[in-house]
Amino acid sequence: MGRDPNTLLRNFHQARWDEPIIFEMSTPGERGVIPPPLSKEIQKEIQDDGLDIPESLKRKCPPNLPEVGQMRVNRHYMRLSQEVLGNDVSIDIGQGTCTMKYSPKIQEHTANSHPKIVNVHPLQDVSTMQGILFIYHEVERYLKSISGMDHFTFQPGGGAHAVYANASIVRQYFRDKGEDRDEIITTIFSHPCDAGCPATAGYKVIDLMQDPELGYPTLEAFKAALSPKTAAIFFTNPEDTGIFNPRIKEYVDAAHSVGALAVYDQANVNGIMGITRAKEAGFDLIHYNLHKTFSSPHGGMGPGCGALGAADFLADYLPVPRVVFDGTSYSLDWHGEKSIGQVRSFFGNAAVVLRAYMWIRALGSDGIREAAMCAVLNNQYMIKEVEKIPGVTMYYAKGKRRIEQCRYSWEKLKEDTGLGTDEVLRRMVDYSLEHYWQSHHPHIVPEPFTLEPTESYSKEDIDEFVAVLRQISKECYETPEIVRTAPHNAPCHGIKNYYELDPEKVICTWRQYIKRKENK
Amino acid sequence: MSVDQTEKVVYPYIPNSAPKIQQEMMDAVGITDLWELYEEVPDELKYKEDLDIPPAILDEFSMKRHIEKILAQNVTCTDYINFLGAGCANHYVPAVVDEITTRGEFLTCYGAESWADHGKYQTFVEYNSMLAELLNTDVMSVPQYDGGQALATAICMANRINGKQRVLLPRSMNVQNKRIVENYIDSVQADLAIEPVYVNYLPDKGTLDLADLKSKLDDSISAVVVESVSYLGTIEPSVKEIGELAKSVGAEYIVYTDPISLGILEAPTNYGATIVCGDLHSLGLHLSCGNGQAGFISTSEDAKYLNEYKDFIYGFCEPEVPGEYVFGNLLIDRTHYSQRAKGKEYTGTGTNLWMISAAVYMALMGPKGFQEIGQTILGHGRYAAKKLSTVPGVQLQFNTPFFKEVVINFTDTNLTVEKINELLLAKGIFGGLDLSHDFPELGQSALYCFTEVTGKEEIDKLVVALKDIMKRG
Repeated sequence: MGRDPNTLLRNFHQARWDEPIIFEMSTPGERGVIPPPLSKEIQKEIQDDGLDIPESLKRKCPPNLPEVGQMRVNRHYMRLSQEVLGNDVSIDIGQGTCTMKYSPKIQEHTANSHPKIVNVHPLQDVSTMQGILFIYHEVERYLKSISGMDHFTFQPGGGAHAVYANASIVRQYFRDKGEDRDEIITTIFSHPCDAGCPATAGYKVIDLMQDPELGYPTLEAFKAALSPKTAAIFFTNPEDTGIFNPRIKEYVDAAHSVGALAVYDQANVNGIMGITRAKEAGFDLIHYNLHKTFSSPHGGMGPGCGALGAADFLADYLPVPRVVFDGTSYSLDWHGEKSIGQVRSFFGNAAVVLRAYMWIRALGSDGIREAAMCAVLNNQYMIKEVEKIPGVTMYYAKGKRRIEQCRYSWEKLKEDTGLGTDEVLRRMVDYSLEHYWQSHHPHIVPEPFTLEPTESYSKEDIDEFVAVLRQISKECYETPEIVRTAPHNAPCHGIKNYYELDPEKVICTWRQYIKRKENK
Repeated sequence: MSVDQTEKVVYPYIPNSAPKIQQEMMDAVGITDLWELYEEVPDELKYKEDLDIPPAILDEFSMKRHIEKILAQNVTCTDYINFLGAGCANHYVPAVVDEITTRGEFLTCYGAESWADHGKYQTFVEYNSMLAELLNTDVMSVPQYDGGQALATAICMANRINGKQRVLLPRSMNVQNKRIVENYIDSVQADLAIEPVYVNYLPDKGTLDLADLKSKLDDSISAVVVESVSYLGTIEPSVKEIGELAKSVGAEYIVYTDPISLGILEAPTNYGATIVCGDLHSLGLHLSCGNGQAGFISTSEDAKYLNEYKDFIYGFCEPEVPGEYVFGNLLIDRTHYSQRAKGKEYTGTGTNLWMISAAVYMALMGPKGFQEIGQTILGHGRYAAKKLSTVPGVQLQFNTPFFKEVVINFTDTNLTVEKINELLLAKGIFGGLDLSHDFPELGQSALYCFTEVTGKEEIDKLVVALKDIMKRG
């Protein structure tokens, strides 16, 4: 029996293995793998060299690790992998702001197992790394074209890491100029890292609230916040609501007019690649997420890459090493008197840059633009369908076209049924969908959920996702108990304290778990 | 291979690039041209030029051939014999680790709650649990970008715990970590910055100069940082005493460690470490041009530490159905996701996939595996040290027990390390990392790395190659 062609709903049950914790599988004496032994010959050679570890520094009590044979280890983790609904097995349109797209398998096969990347040491002589350095240099060229920026570095290991590196560059730049500026302005619908990262670098952060109609702060409110103390603005655009601020250049110009820098968080760039660029909007620093927009898988939250782009006058502040090309060969430049230093060891996540290279090359200029347009087309199509679901409302920018994602609200559903976004979310897995992302904090849009149907999804995928939301809405109105007690078909049932806030109740290791159990 | 302009291209990764379905959807949203999707983008900001990207490689076989041709220009550590480490050592990764790490379910999941991603959370919590056994600690967060970031955050945690703003660091510390830390503990607001103070090492031993440490230690010190094993490979003999000194002034004692050493070396908490950190690389991660790095920080369960982690903490929760294991995302109020600018530092996409590799690695190795691999690594290094000392002009820089990494001095050969490495390269060997720029006081020295995969055969070849180089001068 296949999926019901009329309702598009599946009779689904996720794998539920009731797997024990690996420690419970331990059988003393079993081995999972045997490391290369130390030969007798070497043992003999070194016995009198005086370089043995002093007794006082030797481990007295061996680590209490499980002892499990190889097949059982493999089976255990295979089973656990089956209890995960990654993007490869689930329609992950729900994870708005995260740009869940298909990570082509040809890229995975290369990045994860090709010896010419997997077995390369990052400190090898550059003459032996010309392949990967070429790839870095090429991806830099493509991203320069997509953004209009003058330089890129791929050292940051994630989007927030790039935002942090940008905050460090802003700090170093003004220190160099001898200007004492300690404020950053961002918007409340910019990603929380646009506040958190500058704060980590020591900045005081002003979060501008949105205008109730526009969905973003008015230019007047923004100008009122600017001052000679403003070091930079950190803006996401389109914001997490999917709304594009059409006057973005005026905001940037205003920031520049008080001597501040403009930093563009382009984690949400997927819908505007090849459509509009950071350069024309006037930005000085930007970042892209290669693990979102440029197709590297998310890996349960990393490793990723925050590709950091800078205008020419900020090039000297970029982290080292930088990939340089002298017309014949590629090398790594570790010098940089004004550089912020490093934010990541070596030259970042090379396998992520490799995947981005392959993805961009598979699409070319037209394909990149097609990807952006299809992502937006999917979103605008989806909005039309989701809007029709009883209990759903949309905030801000009425009648305006959204870019690549949309933040919706179950406020009406909650008023009508007492069930809101938490309850709907928990029911999704019963219909095979991993989940949806509600919203970053604070939840200004009440009972929020954020959907982003990237270009990877077909119309049918979108229709199925919408059908599930519609079904759950119906259940909330007609058979609320089934929603209230969800999930039913997942690897586990409800969790009483998913977001535990009391440190006394935190149990994050097996040894704590056992100790608490014994104490009870 | 190149795009045929006469027919609309349908991209395999973009289903709705197929003309018929695309038209249907355009009709549904009321547009006749795809650019109409962008009504909100003003014309002066629209960019309609071609992007500077070569023509698309549409068929998968051509893509495979193309990328393999490019990658063929890399030389690998299996093509050549490698003695480079410096925080990214050449360890063997068991096949089961790759089998599990590359499962599509793990690779392509992200931030779902633990109903649909139950198996991911269980693996993460098993990682926590096994690493805690290796370190003899109670709690940890998800990993950081690398060991350098873990150390930087450990220092910030200490600062938040005791409010002090100076940190003692070994002058011989990992130079890349040093750059990362110095940037990270800096602040726009001078009164928030943490000042690094460097402790000298003994020139003959490579271990910390305790007299210098004592002279710099007072109650303004927030934390004392020790690397054991050190960047230069030495095993610090005074770890216990340093811990007591740190405690005597109310400072945290941060130990940066290499987890693969902990089958044979004492767990840092057993000699007084209050915050343990390091890089996970040795636990089943590939070299991958530096892609396989991830940081860890771990402590006791005391709330004073627990509340200062910056990243997500996953752990066991209470099930609604008794007997089930369920997992959750704990103490989220610490993070910038919850608090924006008021969170503890910032967090974000880090290196979670490497928790899966490390979990499988630790589960496979068990206590015996860690003991054995520690012995092998230790033995290979000592064998190399002995054999290298037979090369004219070559000597061990420090006469101190070491693990995995060791400083080899070439000054008396009258050749620079740069030159020697160039000559070794021609013989198919990646020589140790040249230290002459970062540690000029060590003369012409190099940091050599010996692991379980660089055994007698590789070391003997290195010795023969060096003898040959010296003979030719």
